[in-house]
Amino acid sequence: MNNEEYKGLMVFAEQREGKIHPVAYELLGKGTEIAQKLNIEVSAVVLGSDLGDEINELFYYGAEKVYSYNHPVLADFDLLNYKHNVARLINEVKPETLLIGATHLGRSLAPRIAAAVNTGLTADCTALEVGDEGNLVQIRPAFSGNILAHIRTTTRPQMATVRYKVMQKLPRDPSRKGEIIEKEPEIIESVLKIVSKESSGGVNIAEADVIVCGGRGVKSSTDFELLQDLADAFGGIVGCTRPIVDDGWMGKEHQVGFSGNTVKPKLYIAVGLSGSPQHLAGMRDSDVIVAINADPSAPIFKLADYGVVGDLYEVVPKLAAEARQRS
Amino acid sequence: MDIIVPVKQVPDMERVKFDTEAGRIDRSSASGEINPFDLNALETAVQLKEKLGGTVTTISMGPPQAETSVRDSLARGADRGILLVGKEFAGADTWATSYALAAAIQKLGKWNIIICGEKTVDGDTGQVGPEIAEWLDIPHVAYVSEIRDASESGITVVCEMEADHYGIESPLPTLITVTKDINVPRLPSFADKMKARKAEIEQWGASDLSEFADPTNLGLKGSPTRLNKVVIPSEEGRKGEVFRGSPEDATKKIADALQALGVLGSAK
Ligand SMILES: Cc1cc2nc3c(=O)[nH]c(=O)nc-3n(C[C@H](O)[C@H](O)[C@H](O)COP(=O)(O)OP(=O)(O)OC[C@H]3O[C@@H](n4cnc5c(N)ncnc54)[C@H](O)[C@@H]3O)c2cc1C
Ligand SMILES: Cc1cc2nc3c(=O)[nH]c(=O)nc-3n(C[C@H](O)[C@H](O)[C@H](O)COP(=O)(O)OP(=O)(O)OC[C@H]3O[C@@H](n4cnc5c(N)ncnc54)[C@H](O)[C@@H]3O)c2cc1C
Repeated sequence: MNNEEYKGLMVFAEQREGKIHPVAYELLGKGTEIAQKLNIEVSAVVLGSDLGDEINELFYYGAEKVYSYNHPVLADFDLLNYKHNVARLINEVKPETLLIGATHLGRSLAPRIAAAVNTGLTADCTALEVGDEGNLVQIRPAFSGNILAHIRTTTRPQMATVRYKVMQKLPRDPSRKGEIIEKEPEIIESVLKIVSKESSGGVNIAEADVIVCGGRGVKSSTDFELLQDLADAFGGIVGCTRPIVDDGWMGKEHQVGFSGNTVKPKLYIAVGLSGSPQHLAGMRDSDVIVAINADPSAPIFKLADYGVVGDLYEVVPKLAAEARQRS
Repeated sequence: MDIIVPVKQVPDMERVKFDTEAGRIDRSSASGEINPFDLNALETAVQLKEKLGGTVTTISMGPPQAETSVRDSLARGADRGILLVGKEFAGADTWATSYALAAAIQKLGKWNIIICGEKTVDGDTGQVGPEIAEWLDIPHVAYVSEIRDASESGITVVCEMEADHYGIESPLPTLITVTKDINVPRLPSFADKMKARKAEIEQWGASDLSEFADPTNLGLKGSPTRLNKVVIPSEEGRKGEVFRGSPEDATKKIADALQALGVLGSAK
């Protein structure tokens, strides 16, 4: 492999039901910043079926070029067809860097592409920097969020999946234009068949600005109404720790942590949860953290901006009332 | 149904110590155990075997002490255990790890399903499973939280795509990676542990894979990513104001602070 042949930065733009996932806009924002430093081009690749004007959004958020693949088979995530076509594009265009959102789709697809084009892949980055020789320094949490690893790739493209909501998108500018390059997809047999699709009632905790998260300190499932009331007072939604999901009190879509959802709200209120390493792995990057716990030695206080040592049954209703008075 | 479960030995996360100043992970501070997600993978495999017959083979690539994790897999229902061991494998990233595991799987020859964990608690990339599938040129489904149906010809699973759940049908051979929600792993009985203690663990080195793997692709040498440094973040930077007085007083102070920060009241 001759690394010199590889030029430019490419963003894989995931779409679901014809809507581009906002992490792609964030990656275009970061990509533009990197591209300005290195004086290179920023492109995007999108696969779908009749995406129409949605493709222009990629230009509004910073792409200079968009490689577009249009075919009914590509409407939904067809792993092998997505992999096959993106790998072909990489071998043809030879981007120096390829960024992919670290969604479930991205984290399933990216390693297949990396193995197919024989290059290194860094997982779930939370920061990207330009290193001394113009190479990409990829920074990512590992060991259940306890450490940050700095990783460099010796092959090209340098591939990374990047966590949602950590990079800044550019302001949307509909006057921005770029070049659409329609690519003819090469469709291979779809051996993986999607036979059903269900959505968990619209709860998407990763999108919430305020989360009130309850743990085992909450004594019964009906007591979660107290937390719901606090969440309502802040215009937020309720989350929970893993034991609460294991007990069947709340659905998995509410679980925050290493084996659940990773969140980064403006305000995180931790109620009656101890702050285990696995829980912290899912919320440590929240902007402001408030903890309510009866035990002053609970680890969650080490991560909190503000804490109350006290009984949640007393503190939660009072904080809800305070919040209502002021909003 | 012949099933392969790759398992990784990881440090016990409750015990492992991190040296903030030196930026080092003190691996000797905690004993090794099977990656928790791989326990779910093993349980999935054993349940499929109970239903459809067949065998479960577990493979781990790691240092000599990873043998205890392979043995533990036997106690948990695997029939055969293989350890890929030797300095040639050391320092592998996910590309080189998956390359070596795929070579070992090719050497095994006869199998229908490979079941991996969703990710590990240390490296935490979730990349090894899909990369193995690419080397073997088979399909894969990641983030599987349920097996709906399985037979000799195919498997139907539920795959979690954040808030969406997709039912997916895959022909065999295939690879799946499973979440912690797929089952509750059983604890091995005393008798199973005793039996596993005496069982033979096969050790394969790089030379045993020569038919399927180019030695220059193994270990650190074969790895396209490099770990340049490790930073252990301290939680400084957080205000850490903890109120212990009356709840009225504490909630007022917190509400004041949140209002000043714009996350309450005026900003909305
Ligand atoms: C591989 C793996 C993955 C995991 N993934 C996750 C994950 O994604 N998310 C997750 O949350 N966990 C996860 N866990 C589990 C994790 O290790 C902890 O067991 C869990 O987070 C503890 O939940 P908790 O804080 O609610 O309960 P506890 O640790 O029991 O804490 C309860 C807290 O409530 C306080 N309390 C009790 N009563 C009151 C009261 N009246 N008022 C105020 N405070 C009170 C107590 O002081 C205590 O601190 C995982 C574990 C493993 C091994
Ligand atoms: C701090 C740190 C950060 C790292 N970051 C990266 C990175 O971004 N990119 C990269 O390519 N490498 C990275 N590595 C190297 C990577 O951790 C190793 O390659 C490791 O051998 C496998 O990766 P994983 O732990 O992420 O496994 P995952 O891909 O998370 O494991 C998924 C599943 O694959 C199977 N599996 C994984 N490893 C083995 C094994 N050794 N034997 C048998 N089965 C196994 C298990 O079923 C497991 O559940 C990093 C290492 C460290 C220490």
